[in-house]
Amino acid sequence: MIRVNGQYDVEWRPGLTVQDVLNALKFTFRMIVVKVNGQVVLRPDWAATQVPDGAEVQALHLISGG
Amino acid sequence: MTQPTIQDMQLAHKTRAEFTYAVPKVHRGYAGHTLYVNLSDNTIESRPVTAEMKRIFVGGKGFGLWRLWHAVTPQTTWNDPANEIVIASGPIGGTALYPGTGKSLVVSISPLTKSVVDSNVGGYFGPLLKFAGWDALEIQGKATAEVIIVIDGDTGRVTIEEAPREAVDTHLITEQLTAMYARDEKDRRNVSVVSAGQGSEHTRIGCLNVSWYDVRRGKARVKQAGRGGIGTVLRDKGIKGIVVRFTGMKADSNDPANIQRIRVVGQNINREIVELDDEQNRMRRVGTAHLVEIMNDYDLLPVHNYRYGAHPDAAKIASPVWDALFTQGSPDGCFYGCTMACSKGVDGYRVKTGPYAGECVTVDGPEYETVAGVGANLGIFEPEPIIEMNFYCDTYGIDTISFATLTAFVMECYEAGVLDQEKTGGLALRFGNADAAIELLHQMAAGRGFGRIAGLGVRAMKDYFVEHFGADHGFLQDIGMENKGLEYSEYVTKESLAQQGGYGLTNKGAQHDEAWLIFMDMVNNQIPTFADKAEALHYFPMWRTWFGLNGLCKLPWNDIEPADNALTAEPAKVPEHVHNYVELFSGITGQEVTQEDLITMSERVYNFQRVFNLRMGFGTREHDRIPYRSTGPVTVEEYESRSERYDKQLREQVGIDPAAMTTRDKVAALRQYREGQYEMLVDAVYARRGWNANGVPTLEKLVELGIDFPEVVEVVKANG
Repeated sequence: MIRVNGQYDVEWRPGLTVQDVLNALKFTFRMIVVKVNGQVVLRPDWAATQVPDGAEVQALHLISGG
Repeated sequence: MTQPTIQDMQLAHKTRAEFTYAVPKVHRGYAGHTLYVNLSDNTIESRPVTAEMKRIFVGGKGFGLWRLWHAVTPQTTWNDPANEIVIASGPIGGTALYPGTGKSLVVSISPLTKSVVDSNVGGYFGPLLKFAGWDALEIQGKATAEVIIVIDGDTGRVTIEEAPREAVDTHLITEQLTAMYARDEKDRRNVSVVSAGQGSEHTRIGCLNVSWYDVRRGKARVKQAGRGGIGTVLRDKGIKGIVVRFTGMKADSNDPANIQRIRVVGQNINREIVELDDEQNRMRRVGTAHLVEIMNDYDLLPVHNYRYGAHPDAAKIASPVWDALFTQGSPDGCFYGCTMACSKGVDGYRVKTGPYAGECVTVDGPEYETVAGVGANLGIFEPEPIIEMNFYCDTYGIDTISFATLTAFVMECYEAGVLDQEKTGGLALRFGNADAAIELLHQMAAGRGFGRIAGLGVRAMKDYFVEHFGADHGFLQDIGMENKGLEYSEYVTKESLAQQGGYGLTNKGAQHDEAWLIFMDMVNNQIPTFADKAEALHYFPMWRTWFGLNGLCKLPWNDIEPADNALTAEPAKVPEHVHNYVELFSGITGQEVTQEDLITMSERVYNFQRVFNLRMGFGTREHDRIPYRSTGPVTVEEYESRSERYDKQLREQVGIDPAAMTTRDKVAALRQYREGQYEMLVDAVYARRGWNANGVPTLEKLVELGIDFPEVVEVVKANG
């Protein structure tokens, strides 16, 4: 299981990528900072970066104002 | 009847007052004087900007609040001749080397909130006013005939002129006055017009339209100071338009202390926008309308009077639709040098209804708030009626946000049986009925039929429906989305306690321009404790107040971000851009400041505005209460639409088992919990802001900020 932002759970499977995690949560906003176990994963690497089982993922949406 | 020509209109002018002056050169961001115009006795005078004004109030909204404070008494009503409209730029305003420096800040006593209100707007007016010699324009009194005010910064002449033959509605009078006061086509870019419209006359939700001339399109376009009904005040004063002209604005017109510092940060952010906007928010293609599908995906898009946060048809009004309808490839910045250029428009729109049916017009927008408001919140998922309402709101001088939110309220009242066709004069105001919504808008603008009642705003309608239709006051209080009398802007806040405070714990009412914390709070879970939320509700309102002191647009702060922003310690604050603002202020004024200084500047003005509210009879805890619709599900239907979420919260947060409960009981239990949470948030925020438990700034806080003027202390003591 992957825990995202300390509150959302995503089922882990082999080959699960950062992009898969965001898709599973319908995180479609374009300005998201992703950290996997504290390490920043830049947007160009989301589709290729696999997320290990049990990882703590942060997906920080950056907009601070409407 | 033959339409009068520009010459006919001008020949009908009669000068009521004239004032001449030597146009000063702006020094370090300030012109050094404000302009006072009194329409009752036709006086025009120059007033000095003191060192204390600059030190305490900085400029922009700060100057406006200070001037208004001295103009009114606690008894002054919005339509009292003593009420003022004050329009100001700020020391950074007009710095075309950096994007988003064209904002005008407007303050007045509001017909909606009865207290002081502020609203900001793009366009050229504020910077041209400053370069014409005036850090602010202060208008008091009422004219006995329809007038315009003309400020000519080229010749050093200000006039009040009777203007009987000009139109009132914005898309007409803006073109008329632009043509009238420009020497030729090329000169039109040196003219800006403030106007409202017939809707401002007949409602309490009037907006100001501020123009800029779009050279490529050959049209005067407009942005809106929408919130709080200031357009209503403009028309009540008998003003058709305010014109400013100034020729020769340049990169160094602010006479900056160190222009190189400004060039460096300006080049950096302009490069960011050009290189990164297409992969970030696409502001240059679709403006803020990019938010429609985002808000829908996160259950934040208001649907059917904020009952729900998403709708299956949202894609029909999402940004790809607007991308196709907006004219692309044309410079859309509402001020010089703004590479973000998000003022999108629909060209060649053929008006379908009302007095301008058949005309071919350019419609400015729609922006996110308009799409979400007159679209999803009214259950209308077609672009054409949204464009139609956008056009008419603007030209009538009606705030699209208040119009949308009050119409959503009316529609829910209709569907709940509070209203029927007899009470609405035949309008079947059900969600999704675009024809009825458009007809209501026309009625509001003309001050006839049910539109006359709706135009009073949500707060007044609640009282009216209780008194005249026997409606349930509690129900209307729950679903009527207003705080302090100002209608909510277009976000669903049920799952973000911090943003409930972002709307309720404001100075002017339910507008998101103090803080938008939903992602930080609800999605990111970055501010889980009351102390965290209180800190955010301290920092972000102070930060965003600072834009209003300096004549700046918020969008280039965090709607574009540096490529390496993700790697910084506090990406939500966009540290590189905060640094840019330190450089801008220091580089222009010559006064070296730190990031902390920027917050302190805002804190002075923010607390002063809180005291101003107190002085007007508001500004205490009871006025920070919010409708329950913004906090949680009011109805069984709402609860059941997201029952899995709410049941989970009852189990995990409230600590009760919902299994055997009726939905009605679950609604009540969740409500008790959530309302308690809001009260605890209020306590935490007041403490962080240095206010007492009733929301009154403490004397210690006033002293700390240096705003312990005797008249301010007196107000606080009286409320202590």
